[in-house]
Amino acid sequence: MDNKQSLESTKHNRLAYDRSINWKKYVVIAVIILFFLLLYISSFGVQAFLQQLVNGIQLGSIYALIALGYTMIYGIIKLINFAHGDLFMFGAYMSYFLGNYLIAHHFKSPFIIVLIFSMAVTALLGMTIEKIAYKPLRFKPRLAALITALGVSLFLENFFALPPAEVPFPLNKIVFGPHFLPFPPLIADKTYNLAGISVNNIKILDVLVTIILMILLQYIVKKTMLGKAMRAVAFNKDACLMMGINIDNIISITFGIGTALAAAAGTLFALTYGQLQSPYLGIWPGLKAFIAAVLGGIGSIPGAMLGGYLMGISETFATSINSNFGYGIAFIILIVVLIFKPAGLLGKFDKEKV
Amino acid sequence: MLKVRNLEVSYGPIRALKGISFEVKEGEIVTLIGANGAGKSTTLRTISNLLKPKGGSITFLNKDLLSVPACDLVKKGIVHVPEGRIIFGPLTVQENLELATWGRKDKVAIQDDLNKVYDLFPILKERKNQLGETLSGGEQQMLALGRGLMARAKLMLLDEPSMGLAPLLVRDIFRVIKQANNEGTTILLVEQNAHLALEIAHRAYVLETGNITLDGPASEIAKNPKVIKAYLG
Ligand SMILES: Nc1ncnc2c1ncn2[C@@H]1O[C@H](COP(=O)(O)OP(=O)(O)OP(=O)(O)O)[C@@H](O)[C@H]1O
Ligand SMILES: [Mg+2]
Repeated sequence: MDNKQSLESTKHNRLAYDRSINWKKYVVIAVIILFFLLLYISSFGVQAFLQQLVNGIQLGSIYALIALGYTMIYGIIKLINFAHGDLFMFGAYMSYFLGNYLIAHHFKSPFIIVLIFSMAVTALLGMTIEKIAYKPLRFKPRLAALITALGVSLFLENFFALPPAEVPFPLNKIVFGPHFLPFPPLIADKTYNLAGISVNNIKILDVLVTIILMILLQYIVKKTMLGKAMRAVAFNKDACLMMGINIDNIISITFGIGTALAAAAGTLFALTYGQLQSPYLGIWPGLKAFIAAVLGGIGSIPGAMLGGYLMGISETFATSINSNFGYGIAFIILIVVLIFKPAGLLGKFDKEKV
Repeated sequence: MLKVRNLEVSYGPIRALKGISFEVKEGEIVTLIGANGAGKSTTLRTISNLLKPKGGSITFLNKDLLSVPACDLVKKGIVHVPEGRIIFGPLTVQENLELATWGRKDKVAIQDDLNKVYDLFPILKERKNQLGETLSGGEQQMLALGRGLMARAKLMLLDEPSMGLAPLLVRDIFRVIKQANNEGTTILLVEQNAHLALEIAHRAYVLETGNITLDGPASEIAKNPKVIKAYLG
C-alpha cells in the first residue's frame, strides 16, 4: 500500500517536472525558427518566402500522405514497411494507365475516377503483400519481417522495371519498363498569380485532396468501430481476440488504408510533376516520408502529418537556398529532433507489454 | 454447457495441466480455486483457444470448441475477462465498452447494456471520456468486468476479477457477478479470494499443480479441512 502510494506520487512529480521542461523547450524552438524565418526574409524578401511556403505545403502534403501509411502500419504490427515507397510508385503507374485510357476515350477531367481506382487497386496489392509476405512472420522475430519488407521493396522496383519487350507473354502486359513516361493531364493545368506568388491549380488540388483524406482518416480512426478496433489491435492483440475482434481482418484493412493513401500520394506526385521517371521513383519520396514519420513519432497519426509538412517545408526552403542542401536537410532535422525527442515530436515510447 | 475432458497443456517442458476434467452446467457459477501457478489461467486461456492443448477435448453446448478460432468465441457465446486488467489504454472508457459489442448490430440493446454497466459502476460513467490508461487499478478492473458484461455472453470466464482491490470494492464486484448470474449468465470464476468465491459459487473445483484434487458443491468444499487449511486459513 505504502509502496504504491509513493510510486504514484513520484509519477506525479515527474509529470509536473516534465511539463516545466517542455515549456522552455518550446520557447527555445520557437525562437530558433523565428530567427531562421527572419534571416530568410531579410535575404530573399517576403515574396520569395511566401512562394516557398506555398511550395513547401504542397510537397509536405505528399510526404504526409505517405508518412501516414508508414505510421499506421508500424502502429498496428510494428513493421517498417520498406515497400511503402514502391506502393506509392505503383499507385502512380495505375493512375497513368487508367488516365491514358480514359483520356483516349474522351473523358475531359478524369482525376477523381483515376484517383479512386488507383487507391483501390494499390490497396489490393498492399493487402496481398501483407497476406503473402508479412502475415506468416507475424509471431517471428521482428527482424525477419523487416528484411522481408526490404526484399518486397527490391522485388517491386526491379520487377516492374523489366522492359516489356524482353519478357515473355503474360509478364510483358504487367511490367512497366524502366523508361521515362509522360503523365497524362488528368486535370487542366492553370496557374494563378496572387500578388506575385504563382500558384498552380494542381498544387492546390494536392493540398485539398490531402486534407480531405486526412479528415476522412481521422474520422475513421476516431469515430468508427473499425477505427476503435484498429487502435485496440495496435495496443493488445490477445485482448482483441477475447473481444471477438478478428485481428487478421483489421490488420489487412489497415494495410489497405495505408497503401491507398500512398497511391493517392503517388497520383498527386506524378500529376504535379507531369512525369513518371521509372519504377524506382518511389525510393526517395518513400525514404523522406519515412523520416517524416519517425520525426513526428512513428505510430502517431498526427505525428505523421506534422512530420510530413515539416519535412516538405524545410526541404523546399533548403533547396531554394542550395539544391544540394535540400537533400541533406531531412537527415539534419531528423538527427536534431531525435537528440532532443528520441520518440519523435508526438511519439510515445512503447510501454512494453507482456 | 461447457465440458472439459482430460485437458493437457504444456509450455515447452513445463506441464501446466496434466489431464483435468470438469464441467460447467447452464445457469451455474463454478469456481476454480488453487494456489499461484496451479494452472487456473492456463485453463481459461485454453478454453478461449489462446493456447493449443496437447490432449483432451473441450465442448460447449455439445459442440467441439477447440476448432473454433479465438476471435469467433464471442459469437459462440463465450467471453473471457482476462487476468490483470487488460484494457485498451489508448482508448476511452466508453470506447473500451463499445468494442466489446463488436459484431453486434442491435444498436438499441447496446445502448441499454451501456447504461446498465454505467449504473453498476457509476465511476465509469464519470470517467467515460477518459483514456483507459489513466484509470486507477480498481477502476480498470471494473472496466474489464463491464466489458465482459457488454458482450452478452452465455458463458463468462472470469480470471481473478478481485485481484488487488480494496475489500469494499471486492464485495461490489462479487455482487455484480452474482447479479449477472441471476440474469442468466453462466460463470466460470477463477479466484484467489476463495472465501467469497465459495460463497457465491454453486460448485467448486480445486486445482493443484495441474491436477484437480477436489470437487463438489461449494458449501461442502468450503467446509473441507484441507481447503480451510490451504485457502481459507
Ligand atoms: N507463457 C508461459 N511460458 C512458460 N510457462 C508458463 C507460461 N504461462 C504460465 N506458465 C507456467 O504454467 C503454470 C501455470 O500457470 P497459470 O498462469 O495457469 O497459473 P495460475 O493458476 O493462473 O496462477 P496465478 O494464481 O498466479 O494467476 C505456472 O507454473 C507457470 O509458471
Ligand atoms: Mg492466473
